[in-house]
Amino acid sequence: MRFFFFHLMPYAPLDPDYDKIHRSSWVTLPNDYYDPELGAELYNRYLDELEYAAELGFEGIGVNEHHQNAYGLMPCPNVFAGMLARRIPATAKIAILGRALPVLANPLSVAEEFAVLDNVTRGRIITGFVRGIGAEYHSLAVNPTESHARFHEAHDLIVQAWTKPGPFTFEGKYYHFPHVNLWPRVYQEPHPPIWIPSQGSRETIEFAAAPDRRYVYLQTAAPAATLFRTMQGYRDEALRQGYQSSPDQLGWSIKIYVAETDEAARREARPHIESFANKFLRMPQEMLLPPGYTSLASMKGLINSRKTITGGYRTMEQMLEQGTFICGSPQTVIELLAEYQRRGGFNLVMAGLHFGTLPHELTRKNLELFAREVMPALKGAVPGEVPRVAAA
Amino acid sequence: MKEEFITINGCRIFLQRGGEGPPLLWLHGAGGGGRWTPALQRLARRFDVIAPEHPGFGRSDTPAWFDNIHDVAYCVLDLLRALDLRGVHMVGASLGGWVAAEAAVRSTDRLASLTLIGPAGLHMKGVPRPDTFLWTDEEATRALFHDQSLADAMLAVEPDEAEQDRRLKNRFATARLAWAPRWFDPHLEKWLHRIDVPTLVAWGAEDRYLPQVYAAHWGGRIPGSEVHVFPDCGHSPQSEKMDAFCTLLEDFTARIGR
Repeated sequence: MRFFFFHLMPYAPLDPDYDKIHRSSWVTLPNDYYDPELGAELYNRYLDELEYAAELGFEGIGVNEHHQNAYGLMPCPNVFAGMLARRIPATAKIAILGRALPVLANPLSVAEEFAVLDNVTRGRIITGFVRGIGAEYHSLAVNPTESHARFHEAHDLIVQAWTKPGPFTFEGKYYHFPHVNLWPRVYQEPHPPIWIPSQGSRETIEFAAAPDRRYVYLQTAAPAATLFRTMQGYRDEALRQGYQSSPDQLGWSIKIYVAETDEAARREARPHIESFANKFLRMPQEMLLPPGYTSLASMKGLINSRKTITGGYRTMEQMLEQGTFICGSPQTVIELLAEYQRRGGFNLVMAGLHFGTLPHELTRKNLELFAREVMPALKGAVPGEVPRVAAA
Repeated sequence: MKEEFITINGCRIFLQRGGEGPPLLWLHGAGGGGRWTPALQRLARRFDVIAPEHPGFGRSDTPAWFDNIHDVAYCVLDLLRALDLRGVHMVGASLGGWVAAEAAVRSTDRLASLTLIGPAGLHMKGVPRPDTFLWTDEEATRALFHDQSLADAMLAVEPDEAEQDRRLKNRFATARLAWAPRWFDPHLEKWLHRIDVPTLVAWGAEDRYLPQVYAAHWGGRIPGSEVHVFPDCGHSPQSEKMDAFCTLLEDFTARIGR
């Protein structure tokens, strides 16, 4: 099993009573809830935590992109990758998961930024492409009905910019460039790895698993049952397209907390994981699912199920039960991860070892226990024959 | 009233048509068409009322060319040609008013008059507007009316699955046209002077979608247009003040003698 540490950088000092007045910590939460003095402290603390993880021996560290919210304070993940690039040991990678292509004005500048990072780190970056969540389309005033089409076109433009000799012409519907000619070229051959974080739509799995792509599919924010189905879906899609996928093409992004005992772990994690689920992730359906963000059929299913992150209060016990959170002593966490790997068949773990309001001391302790007790025990663990489930 | 499909530029358009008299083209708003409303029933006593569903909406197709409001406007002009209509009274409400204005700046050849009911399409800097895409269904319905008993009545009706599907489709189509720039076309206002047929602008004084100040703004941009504001009325004078609205429209078309 291969381990990365992933940070969301929430605005932890958020007044938890904001939701008595406001519907969401996204889009319209007034920014006078943000205190620049506290924010400055927080950014530096979070960067310290990422750097510390790199020193502790994680294969890499991960950042991502969200806009205009208290949930994640990284609107510009490549800036964060740039701040980290020359501070961490040369053994560690930086995973930028990912750039929200459709909501960005110019995808060619994304290709450029990644190329710069790839050169400076001598090929230690992993790139990621996402569509952004629904709220991003409200925040950046980008038409959600164009989301899929823009994503695919921007992706094609970036990969071509990395791999085709320039200058060349790119002729798309949304992006049209007479001169694509990247300076610098990318460092890694043929291009930096591309990971696709997703909540598990059929279209995304097919896109990532295609034989000419074979992108890492990273399951995010889903119960274990969904994880098993999407992992199966990816393997099936690969076989359908004529090849056997590797467990290194499959990853899971999961929040984890380790402490000395199960009891201590639950006691220490509870308020912070519940703040993550109920305060920072709070979003009405209109924000989460703008019209056109998914196909009509998918949207109908999502609205009907209403089992989205917009539901009622979620307790830690519910999250543990669902497998959206792993918590316990090192031994418990080792056993759970091994079991999830046995059933999911993935080899990559994007460990969210900070969440919600988790303080610095507990985050450091979590990182240390995970790196020293959990990671070594699972280093050699690889999935065997995966029990079959109905694919997503 | 009869219902039929007509194919325009490869797109099947659902059409309701009824009544006798001069042709009146009714262009529905973001909530969708395909309903033979009391206003249409009454207007059909004096007019040949033709009410299509826009491309992307309701029972009409969503063609590959459905990208923006201009595509809908050209489709309307093609529809007038396909039906070989002349001397048309074109009436559009809200999003449909925006479509009507976009069509009229392109060509008034087949028009006798233009009526815009609380149309979207323009933007006045500094005038606050709600973010309709953040409203819940209930909020959107309540905001339609000044008289909340009308909203209560509408909310009391549980839509069947086909109607729910059409509403979702209408939301998608509306987002495609109106998400960004939000509910307007920055290139429309500069050509409104091209509209050279008698024009009526109707507005509800208590419109919570598009504030009433827009009525005078439209009136000032379309040469010779008349502006009428209905007191105690929300975004849909054609339903909230149905009789008064229809009388206004009938008098207007009679007065211009076409």
